[in-house]
Amino acid sequence: MENAEYKPVIGLEVHIQLKTKSKMFGMAPNKLDMTEPNVNIDEVVTAQPGSLPVANKEAIRLAAKMGLALNCTIDEWSKFDRKHYFYPDLPKGYQISQLDQPIAKEGWLEITKSDGAVKKIAIQRAHLEEDAGKNIHPDGLPYSLVDYNRAGTPLLEIVTHPCIESAEEARKYLEELQRIARYVGASDADMEKGSMRCEPSISVRLPGEVGLPPYKCEVKNINSFKFVEQAIKYEIERQTEMRKEGLVPKQVTMGWNEKLNQTVEQRSKEEANDYRYLPEPDLPPLQFTSEYIEELRGELPELPAAKRKRFREEYGLPDADIENLINWKELTYYFENVVSELDAWILSAPAELSGKTDKRGKLIKSVANWCLQDFSAMLNVEHKNPDESLVTPENLAELVKLIDDGKISSSAAKQVFRAMYERGGDPSEIVGDLGLEQVSDEGAIASVIDVVIANNEKAVTDYKAGLEKSFGFLVGQAMKELKGKGNPNLVNELLRNKLK
Amino acid sequence: MKFEHLELSELREKLDKKEITSVQLTEYFLARIEKLNPELNAFVTICRDEALSQARVADDYINSPGENPPLCGIPFSAKDLFCTVGVRTTASSKILDQYIPPYDSTVIVKLKEQKAVLVGKTNLDQFAHGSSTETSYYGPTKNPWDTSRIPGGSSGGSAASVAAGMVPFALGTETGGSIRQPSSLCGVSGWKPTYGRVSRFGVIAMASSLDSPGAHGKSVKDLVSLANIMSGVDLKDSTTGDRISDFRLQIADLKGVRVGVPKQYFVDGMQEEVRERVIEATKELERLGAELVEVDLPHTKYGSLVYAIVAPAEIASNLSRYDGIRYGYVTSEAKNLLEVYEKSRSEGFGDEAKRRIMTGTYVLSAGYYDAYYKRAQKVRRFIINEFAEVFKKVDVLVAPSSPNVAVTLGKAADDPLFGYIADQLNIPSSLAGLPALSVPCGFARPQDGVTPSVDGLPVGLQIIGPQWGEQKIFDVGLAYQSATDWHKKHPTEISNS
Repeated sequence: MENAEYKPVIGLEVHIQLKTKSKMFGMAPNKLDMTEPNVNIDEVVTAQPGSLPVANKEAIRLAAKMGLALNCTIDEWSKFDRKHYFYPDLPKGYQISQLDQPIAKEGWLEITKSDGAVKKIAIQRAHLEEDAGKNIHPDGLPYSLVDYNRAGTPLLEIVTHPCIESAEEARKYLEELQRIARYVGASDADMEKGSMRCEPSISVRLPGEVGLPPYKCEVKNINSFKFVEQAIKYEIERQTEMRKEGLVPKQVTMGWNEKLNQTVEQRSKEEANDYRYLPEPDLPPLQFTSEYIEELRGELPELPAAKRKRFREEYGLPDADIENLINWKELTYYFENVVSELDAWILSAPAELSGKTDKRGKLIKSVANWCLQDFSAMLNVEHKNPDESLVTPENLAELVKLIDDGKISSSAAKQVFRAMYERGGDPSEIVGDLGLEQVSDEGAIASVIDVVIANNEKAVTDYKAGLEKSFGFLVGQAMKELKGKGNPNLVNELLRNKLK
Repeated sequence: MKFEHLELSELREKLDKKEITSVQLTEYFLARIEKLNPELNAFVTICRDEALSQARVADDYINSPGENPPLCGIPFSAKDLFCTVGVRTTASSKILDQYIPPYDSTVIVKLKEQKAVLVGKTNLDQFAHGSSTETSYYGPTKNPWDTSRIPGGSSGGSAASVAAGMVPFALGTETGGSIRQPSSLCGVSGWKPTYGRVSRFGVIAMASSLDSPGAHGKSVKDLVSLANIMSGVDLKDSTTGDRISDFRLQIADLKGVRVGVPKQYFVDGMQEEVRERVIEATKELERLGAELVEVDLPHTKYGSLVYAIVAPAEIASNLSRYDGIRYGYVTSEAKNLLEVYEKSRSEGFGDEAKRRIMTGTYVLSAGYYDAYYKRAQKVRRFIINEFAEVFKKVDVLVAPSSPNVAVTLGKAADDPLFGYIADQLNIPSSLAGLPALSVPCGFARPQDGVTPSVDGLPVGLQIIGPQWGEQKIFDVGLAYQSATDWHKKHPTEISNS
């Protein structure tokens, strides 16, 4: 167990792009996914001489809300600073950021690890800044191009304390942070699209080493949760090996190389910039009143952690289902609307039914299954949210009831749901239109079974001789006669009785 | 008929009464510019075609029913720091020699809404780094009173253009004396607004926490009219204040007005005759009813030290954007990205810009920030508080705008004492963001040789007010000019031989 003594020390810097109408410091539109370069620009974005920044109120609002959602303190005063460096994608020659008075300080976020252990990840700060443009290097051409569409996009940088100890913890933190950003409505927080970016700093502590190791390696260029996990694992292994040999890894910036599946040294920190921070003279300090902070707190939605806890208590669903629902804020709203439709029905149903909690539990599980399976799949194809579909919560509740009542088979229900999704409408009517009612009339089923028994003597004989397989064949024949609409439980039951 | 020295209200009347059209007036001033500029070099760019088309629009407006805005159809010039859409804006620098802005500065927008007519862009020290207009990439501007002398700076082209009757008024900017000092040396009236009174949006930045766009005019009355138009909160400049800017033009006597005379502003080493003229002006204010009060501003001496740190820090930062990537001068020699930066900037910037970039970069370097910039800002706070205290006792302060009259071209650096005292006179109030006027108050003989100007060279009185106290300095300036006619003196017409 010697290895366990080498403890990873990990801190995460996460940038999320805030969802605002205009840029962080000007009126140009904040639209991503542009195909044409240099469209979302104006004199402020391209730093024309004489242009001045004006802080975006909506971005400040979203940043403060994120701060509150992450249990941070929002100080009364916050200010912007200029961070200087030269790069073609940075139009002003400085980035407007926040040095010593970030908008949010000292918070935490709770994660549950796969072994069930709960851990609070301490957040050091969250500050506002602006994104850079993109440099483009056309293959084989002797020049580079710059696209400023992204320049000036509002960013919230969220920095943890170096309190993360494994790749798994890092991943869980990122996933929860993503959920929170989406719940708050601050960002799409999509790693693949770059609206959420993560730069882990990793070092490995020697057995018995006190304080932080005398170096750290930052990893850039990671665009998925999976790669964050892989990059951290790779670094931990690399650095642990070095430290075991008595070496101190160089303080360097690494890049994640997807093809090699490893980190690669990018640049040495020794050549690091002196950013020559300057309090931004073009922007007065921000002042937050306690009324404003309370107003923002009041606007926060139920956050994933609270919702997770409540869903467990109220709906008794398996953890995996809850996790999957929680991942999609809009779907949780939809799910709860369907459940409340069903609850209304249960309450108005005969006393013996409304008293049965297992009945309610069964219905809720069925709703969760529809939400997470067929419905999610269809919505994902069209990149839609549940409330943008034609399937109303009332209609889905109705469908779940029809199944529970035995009025349609589960395979027929899938057809009905597709029709509801494509055209909208009441499931009972669709069942009628498509002729999918389940046959539960004992007399009708019994007469079909009689015919099947008469026509399949061999199978009957085989079954009676103990060949169970033949029973399945006979059920199939009966269902065929019933055009698939027979109530399968009833068909089974009647057939067994007749063959006794 | 002559128009070159008429005040705005007189021009307004002539235009409204259709005694002259805006096109004729514009042609008149363009002709003067074209005649005088080869000698004075007050203009970097003359925009004849744009001006005439703006004048035609103004004439259409005047010819349609209804009242005309105060500046409708009146020509003006703008220091070449004000961005003007489609019209080259150079900051008198090589690095922006070919720069044509895609947008108008807020002040230009306001003047265009008035249908005022921009006839050209005036010369300045490169990026406003100087007080003589000699560091311009396009050569020095000459003082219209004596073309062997400097007009002052950095708004030297603007002040000279008004003094020579090339325009009725001109836009200038001040960071640490750049409106007051050239106004004084060229014998025109100048207004340096309270920081935040006039939008900086679209004005090429020198030092952001100090820059104050303002104006040069024929009289305080003209400046008050301009203040009413140029002032106001701007959503594009977060440092503008939401203050009402509706200033009175009425002349009142100065009974009950307390005029502070800071002893630190009348020190030995300034030109004796200049000091005499300014003291005579204070006596005139007393005669008009004001009470003179000697005041003490002991922190004055720290002003230039604070400025020497704060201004270069902000300048170095503001000049970062001139990198040869998106606009402006780009070297033809670069082999890689680093060389694009290094060569474009070292070939494109003048010596003074480079000096300030180096100083500013140094004072903001890791480890030096606290010792320099942070400490300087603390001292700045002392200076601000000291003024605030003094303005509890007095309504305005008066002082010379400049310790000397215009010096000979190329000799500005020869008398460092003048430079030092000039800083004392202008920089502390700039650091405090205070409003000020410079008004002509007589003439003095130069100390460096003779001048062909018969009366000598103009001397300026500055009137400094408390923050947002424009009305107070305007009241004093209006009263002073109602009792004196120094602002009606003009240089002898330069002959075009």
